[in-house]
Amino acid sequence: MNLSPDEIVYFSVGPLDISATLVSTWIVMALLVGAALLVRRRLRVEPPIGRAQLAFEALIVFVLDQIRDVARQEPGRYLPFIATLFLFILASNVLSIVPGFHPPTGSLTTTAALALSVFLAVPAFAIRQVGWRRYLRTYLEPMPLMLPFTVLGEITRTLALAVRLFGNVMSSSMMIAILLVVAPLVFPVLIQVLGVLMGVLQAYIFAVLALVYIAAGLSESGKRLSTGESA
Amino acid sequence: MTDMSLIAVVSVFTAGLTVAIGAGLAAIAEGRAVAEGLRSIAQQPDETASISRAMFVGLAMIETSGIYCFVVSLILIFANPFWSAAG
Repeated sequence: MNLSPDEIVYFSVGPLDISATLVSTWIVMALLVGAALLVRRRLRVEPPIGRAQLAFEALIVFVLDQIRDVARQEPGRYLPFIATLFLFILASNVLSIVPGFHPPTGSLTTTAALALSVFLAVPAFAIRQVGWRRYLRTYLEPMPLMLPFTVLGEITRTLALAVRLFGNVMSSSMMIAILLVVAPLVFPVLIQVLGVLMGVLQAYIFAVLALVYIAAGLSESGKRLSTGESA
Repeated sequence: MTDMSLIAVVSVFTAGLTVAIGAGLAAIAEGRAVAEGLRSIAQQPDETASISRAMFVGLAMIETSGIYCFVVSLILIFANPFWSAAG
């Protein structure tokens, strides 16, 4: 039994192993970009508007509303990052019902990369909003003694973000593998349905948590600019 | 009992215990969180969107501890570092 799709190596190019994680990441990327290109060819403003365009617009409006509610700011700046995370994780989790497809989020390397990008995005957004000095000063507040705990908190929440997504996706695919041995008739399908539900929920939770962290970093830095607003 | 079988017995037993305690406590905590969230929604149905979002984020936080226990038990069974030490 394979714990992670990293261990399934299709072929090697020099020192580089082309594993199932890489291949399925490429598949998800190709699907997302392909769908976007397909819809873009027939974009129109006045009716009749195509179904695909309506679906995409509903999705983007949903993400925009969520960002506006959580961050309480104009959502345009955060849309590319948050929506990319959401769509990528959603697509790879939902595609796990396709037989033979190993969801890339079931590998700790992918989720660690996603969590690291969130880890880097928090200071990036805050610095772009308020500048270096004001952002670094938030680490010394309310008192410099708290500095180690603040730094530790940022590291552990990144780790938790990675392990949560990995554990959920991997556990559901592992349950299916075990059930296929024990009771292969109906039960794996039920668990798979549950797994898709959990996958959608996990994509939502990952995106919302990334947003909450970014908004928290912004509001900490922005406290001196505008008082009374918290995330 | 050889070293190998002793390690196997302790690892498997501990893995089961880890999941039992970790999943049980996480389930109790999540149940309490959902109960409180539903009560708040029943009291203030207008705030359903923000309450349920906060509830889901909190549930994810709670679930992380359960997932940690699961990962630890998997490591104990499938990637135990003491296997190679004894073998």
